[in-house]
Amino acid sequence: MMNTAILEMSGISKRFGATRALSDMRLAIRAGEIHALMGENGAGKSTLMKILSGVYQPDSGQILLDGKPIAIKGPSDGRRAGINLIYQELSVSTNLTVAENVFMGSEPRGRFGLLDRSNMRMWTNDVLALLGAPFTADTHAGKLSIAEQQQVEIARALIHKGRILIMDEPTAALSDRETEHLFRVVRKLRDEGIAVIYISHRMAEVHALADRVTILRDGSYVGEMTRDELDPGRIVQMMVGRPLGDFYQHKAGRVPGRVMLEVENLSGARVKPASFSVRAGEVVGLAGLVGAGRTELARLIFGADRKHGGRVKIDGVAVDTRDPLTAIRLGIGYLPEDRKGQGLFLQLSALTNTTLNVVRQHCRAGIINHQALETLTNDAIARLNIKVPGPHGIVGGLSGGNQQKVLLARWLEIKPRVLILDEPTRGVDVGAKSEIYRIIHELALNGVAVVVISSELPEVIGICDRVVVMREGHISGEVSGDAVTQENIMTLATHASEPAANAISALHAA
Amino acid sequence: MSTQTIASQASLPPRRGSLAGQLFNRLGMLPVLIVLYLVFYGLTLYFSADGTSNFMSADNTMNIMRQVAINLVLACGMTFVILTAGIDLSVGSMLAVSAVLGMLMSLPDHHPALAIPTFLIAGLVLGMLNGAMVSFLSINPFVVTLGTMTALRGAAYLFADGTTVLNQQIPSFEWIGNGDFLGLPWLVWIAAGVVLLSWFILKKTVLGLHIYAVGGNPQAARLTGIKVSFVLLFVYSISGFFSGLAGAMSSSRLYGANGNWGVGYELDAIAAVVLGGTSLMGGVGTIWGTVIGALIIGVMNNGLTILGLSSFWQYVAKGAVIVLAVILDKWRQKQAALN
Repeated sequence: MMNTAILEMSGISKRFGATRALSDMRLAIRAGEIHALMGENGAGKSTLMKILSGVYQPDSGQILLDGKPIAIKGPSDGRRAGINLIYQELSVSTNLTVAENVFMGSEPRGRFGLLDRSNMRMWTNDVLALLGAPFTADTHAGKLSIAEQQQVEIARALIHKGRILIMDEPTAALSDRETEHLFRVVRKLRDEGIAVIYISHRMAEVHALADRVTILRDGSYVGEMTRDELDPGRIVQMMVGRPLGDFYQHKAGRVPGRVMLEVENLSGARVKPASFSVRAGEVVGLAGLVGAGRTELARLIFGADRKHGGRVKIDGVAVDTRDPLTAIRLGIGYLPEDRKGQGLFLQLSALTNTTLNVVRQHCRAGIINHQALETLTNDAIARLNIKVPGPHGIVGGLSGGNQQKVLLARWLEIKPRVLILDEPTRGVDVGAKSEIYRIIHELALNGVAVVVISSELPEVIGICDRVVVMREGHISGEVSGDAVTQENIMTLATHASEPAANAISALHAA
Repeated sequence: MSTQTIASQASLPPRRGSLAGQLFNRLGMLPVLIVLYLVFYGLTLYFSADGTSNFMSADNTMNIMRQVAINLVLACGMTFVILTAGIDLSVGSMLAVSAVLGMLMSLPDHHPALAIPTFLIAGLVLGMLNGAMVSFLSINPFVVTLGTMTALRGAAYLFADGTTVLNQQIPSFEWIGNGDFLGLPWLVWIAAGVVLLSWFILKKTVLGLHIYAVGGNPQAARLTGIKVSFVLLFVYSISGFFSGLAGAMSSSRLYGANGNWGVGYELDAIAAVVLGGTSLMGGVGTIWGTVIGALIIGVMNNGLTILGLSSFWQYVAKGAVIVLAVILDKWRQKQAALN
């Protein structure tokens, strides 16, 4: 029963202008399996899934559903065929209730064609019960966490009797606990006979979930593996077309100098008094579950939010970082976690985005020296290997990895003494990740005190000399040297007993 | 987009998109202006009794430019505001208040010599009031300027005591509305000066860059150390300042001012900015676009009047062209995205 494919895509090609997004791509999905789709950013995963759900039309190729050719001309066709896509960016309307969100666009009609609220509520609650969701149909979506909003999206897919559920990087914004819960839900759906197509960058997740994996590179099919054949090394090699031996090997030769950043009892709205220090030339990780207060602490140091107490010392001198401009002048940089929402100016050029922080240094009487800025930008593009049509290329059109490098370039321009990087590799492909690690290492070699906030434990362990762990708004501990292990960090992050911490960190162990 | 995409885009010439699309991409709304101008020339020629048209004459062209000048000055200020994703509905009312105050100052028993500073300072102060409420009290700009639009309209009537302040003896600023310089009216020179100043600020200064940044992403702007509230204060202040200047221009031209001056001017100014391709979402747009937009509106006003169309039909035609032009602009941007 599990051997026949319910969905087969073959010979799929798609071009956008001069760009070939997909060529002769194929994919076969069986009922009741979790099928992971892996590839670098820009490999064509999202395009393929948008074709499957009817958002794009392929230039050639065919799609067989239950062995019969099917034309998916638009998202409504896709939904009617039982194919539902949950986007990476959630599309939950926070002003509506959960039930209204679930039925958005397909509201049930009762007598006189009026809205049938009681059925809406009942059916929604049925699905929520299946998902084990901790909220009801009447909850306002605005009160839900990101993880819970995602459950609303899943509920939306299930309510349409979906047979194929596509999840695009569903865990990008989830904490470990939430991820684990999501995995339980996904497995449950599989056991109900639903085929799940799961797109992810994270090897650990694919390892934990997938029954089969299809790997693509540059818009083409590279290979397929069953659960028994899964081999992380080979998958990465297939994804990037070359072995990635030195992925995390970026620690050698660092010599921590004097203490550059010292935080003493710093507190804010969601941070209890916190103290830690970072030496020049040192990379310190700030680990913890999502919501533990890491971003909030970073924003306090940077002066983006109001402090309630405590102080910050830079190079031994107490400083008052009352706003970001002051912090920047003191040589503190902060790369925010939400690159599009808080970092980049998507409709502006690479030049503007790169040089915005130093434009004051390159002007006379308020008049900008465009020549100097262009030189700076070209240097940055070359140094960070940014793929952009030129200094005047619009940043909104770049891939996630290149956007992140542009943002990183902006902070490198200020020649920071302290640089705080908040989730620097989120939504970035493997190649760019490795380059960002290289940049972080070089910064440390040049004597910058680097703080890295990351939810990916292998990353924290791979690149940091020392790890400060936060839990529920305060610093729960610190590990360094050989003690930097997933188990130790998870114990501090959750305060869970040893076995529970091991269970969670096992998720990450690829 | 993949890294391949970018690389190939960088090396390949743009391929897709029609020729017309590429042309539009370069020139913006300029072709629309030219076509409109030629259409009006044809129509006036066709409908004229003696087979000649006075539409394209030097006199009439000068007329169009004179008529455009005031709206263009307002539209330049509006461009600053809209680039930060804001809106200034109060420009017409600010124009009226500063016009009335300036005219009052020019009366013989006041200080005629201080008339020009009065126009400008009144506009600047009112604009700063808008800016302070938007930036420091964080009130939605639409609401703030809707309020000041209404309140200042009343204030203008009150200052003028419900009548028209007339003064035929305004040596200190008669030249603004009625004098020529090198064969061009001062009104046109002033508008050109405002355009150049605006272009200079937006393109050449740090402040200009910050205006685009605040409009594009206010959160990111704050995190890069930009004083967002200062930028907002500036854009509303300059919009007020230009309104005061426009008040001087219109009262000089008509030797008077009353509370009714400039009613509806804010809509023509917004239309000019939008026609010029500036995004109401902020962060995208140029002052040259605004110039073209204001000229389109001026050519339409003038052409429809010469054709003898009733003012009711003029409204209909103007509205239709604005919407059509923006639809065209959307299509143009789509072509640009394909290229």
